[in-house]
Amino acid sequence: MTEKLQSAIVVDGLTRSFPGVRAVEALSFEVGPGEIFGLVGPDGAGKTTTLRMLAGVLSPDEGSVLVAGVDVVRDPEAAKHALSYMPQRFGLYEDLTVDENIRFYADLFGVRGAERNTRSAQLLQAAGMSEFRRRLAGKLSGGMKQKLGLVCALIHRPRVILLDEPTTGVDPVSRRDFWRILYELVAEGVAILTSTAYLDEAERCHRVALLHQGKLLFCDTPANLKSRLGKDVLSVTSSDPRRVRGVLEQAAGISSLVLTGDRVHAVVDRAMRRIPEFQALLAAAGVSFDAMQQVAPTIEDLFVDAVSGGAPHA
Amino acid sequence: MFARLKQMLIKEFIQVLRDKRTRFILIIPPIVQMLVFGYAANFEVHLVPTAVVDFDHSQQSRDLISRFTSSPYFDVRRQLDNSRQLRDAIDSGDAAIGLEIDAGFAQKLLKGQAAPLQVIVDATNSNTALITSSYVTQIATGFARDYQLDRIGRIDPQVVEQLPSVQLRQRPWYNPDLRSRWFFVPGVIGSLTLVLVVVLTAFAVVREREIGTLEQIMVTPIGRAEFILGKTLPSFLIGLFDVSLIALVGTLWFQVPFRGHILVLLAGSVLFLLSMLGVGLLISTISSTQQQAMVTSFFFIMPAITFSGFGFPISTMPQWLQYCTYLSPLRYFLVVLRSSYLKGVGMTILWPQMAAMAALSSFFLGVAILRFHKALD
Repeated sequence: MTEKLQSAIVVDGLTRSFPGVRAVEALSFEVGPGEIFGLVGPDGAGKTTTLRMLAGVLSPDEGSVLVAGVDVVRDPEAAKHALSYMPQRFGLYEDLTVDENIRFYADLFGVRGAERNTRSAQLLQAAGMSEFRRRLAGKLSGGMKQKLGLVCALIHRPRVILLDEPTTGVDPVSRRDFWRILYELVAEGVAILTSTAYLDEAERCHRVALLHQGKLLFCDTPANLKSRLGKDVLSVTSSDPRRVRGVLEQAAGISSLVLTGDRVHAVVDRAMRRIPEFQALLAAAGVSFDAMQQVAPTIEDLFVDAVSGGAPHA
Repeated sequence: MFARLKQMLIKEFIQVLRDKRTRFILIIPPIVQMLVFGYAANFEVHLVPTAVVDFDHSQQSRDLISRFTSSPYFDVRRQLDNSRQLRDAIDSGDAAIGLEIDAGFAQKLLKGQAAPLQVIVDATNSNTALITSSYVTQIATGFARDYQLDRIGRIDPQVVEQLPSVQLRQRPWYNPDLRSRWFFVPGVIGSLTLVLVVVLTAFAVVREREIGTLEQIMVTPIGRAEFILGKTLPSFLIGLFDVSLIALVGTLWFQVPFRGHILVLLAGSVLFLLSMLGVGLLISTISSTQQQAMVTSFFFIMPAITFSGFGFPISTMPQWLQYCTYLSPLRYFLVVLRSSYLKGVGMTILWPQMAAMAALSSFFLGVAILRFHKALD
């Protein structure tokens, strides 16, 4: 999957600064055909800057980008037919209908006539939007708009797709449609690079790169990443997880604490040994909890642990 | 190339024509503005509100006042009793001109002396004041001359026939009745087109930037030239449509004669529109929101119109400002418009204006396109 010749995307030493900020620093990775590669990190990690440089709309200060074998930095025009870039908010014309938007982007890519019609019918079908063809794009819901953006972005059968947080603000049904379409494309050998701030979504990717302050922290499969943690995760379920975290912050030997929903994840060295100690601490503070057990680490645990430098919380 | 351009144009026109408000904005306001400007932009002075104080109450003073009353330029609406009232009338704006005839007016005339007529003019608007004063002078001179002739005639009727004088034969060419509307209507065509095309072009591009379609389009294989052409050609065509519309209203409604060649005006319009497209595009490259584009447009529009000779003659501006006027494409277009309408001259005379507009168009479009490339990053 990662042989140089076959790689759909090869990024090497990519660097870009904005006044006062190093947005992306010496970033290198490769994505193979038929692979979903996730770029994961919090807001400001440099995900959008990276994607824009890969799409050829922003020039890097240093480094090289090969997309479908074309040097995007030197010849951004040449890669455009093979490439599709979908920003966080896909640029739709709200005063044009669904069909007119698709037609417009299809024609810009030179997809015409019968090919355009079958391709758009097929994509609309997959997106569950066939009956909205005559609706103005401005009258669509947020999830529908995003799916229409995907349809427009896929109309020219790109071999490499760059998605910037594609499912942010998208309802669960649309999100499922979205991922189904992506998996179908991957089966056809398309390479997909997607960024996301949702760490649970990162688990859907074949490989994930964790980005923090413009630098690559880790790059591996989700399973390997989780085993990299090298520590245990203790999960405390409670109706008041904030107070649980408050109490556990006082405890020694906790490498990091993550609050997710009604659970608090504590990264510790030996989970089973700490349970009695934590139970006693919570009982002493008068904080009730429903369950306390060791769980498999998530990517989020790894990320938070890595970002907080593995230092125990004071 | 043409398929993509065609699709850009189809998209632009669907967007323009689908929206009722946009359709309305392109047709009704230009017509209304033409009508309003046509009536309002006028230097002529009619029925100036006039107040009179007559301390003399003589045959002669009444005769003089009646000349004002019967003149189409004055509306003698107040006969006042003292100077204070006259002052108040001018202060409050009830009268723009005050005539005061002192006691002894008739006496002095009879004695063959110069009889004073005090004229107070509200010179807040110096231009109107100047014109009004000249009308007063005309009436007073006419009165004096008639009075003199009358006196001489009574002494020796034969002398009257031998009095020498100069007879003026004024021939105001191109606008024999000196209607200022004939001067203004072509100017309004030019300035309305300027505002419309600059704002339209700047907004068309900035809107794409605002809604994020600009970046989207830039990752498609469309060339920048195609995109710029696709965005500016609609503004150009709409501009041409509006020039024709406004020109028709000006010609048919205000009866301004069109004496030149329509192709000369068309050539001038095309060159002028190109320069305005360049300016609009340039504004779009330095604005990231429609509000910014609006404000920036006004920084251009105000001086461009002021320096064009639309209202104030360029020849009376200080020399250094006159140099600035060379940068306003409207300056040249107004010459083409006024010459085509009133003078009826052709390319042999108008080529310097055409050349200047062509040069400015290339300059503005060139800079805009260069900046456009950079502005995308």
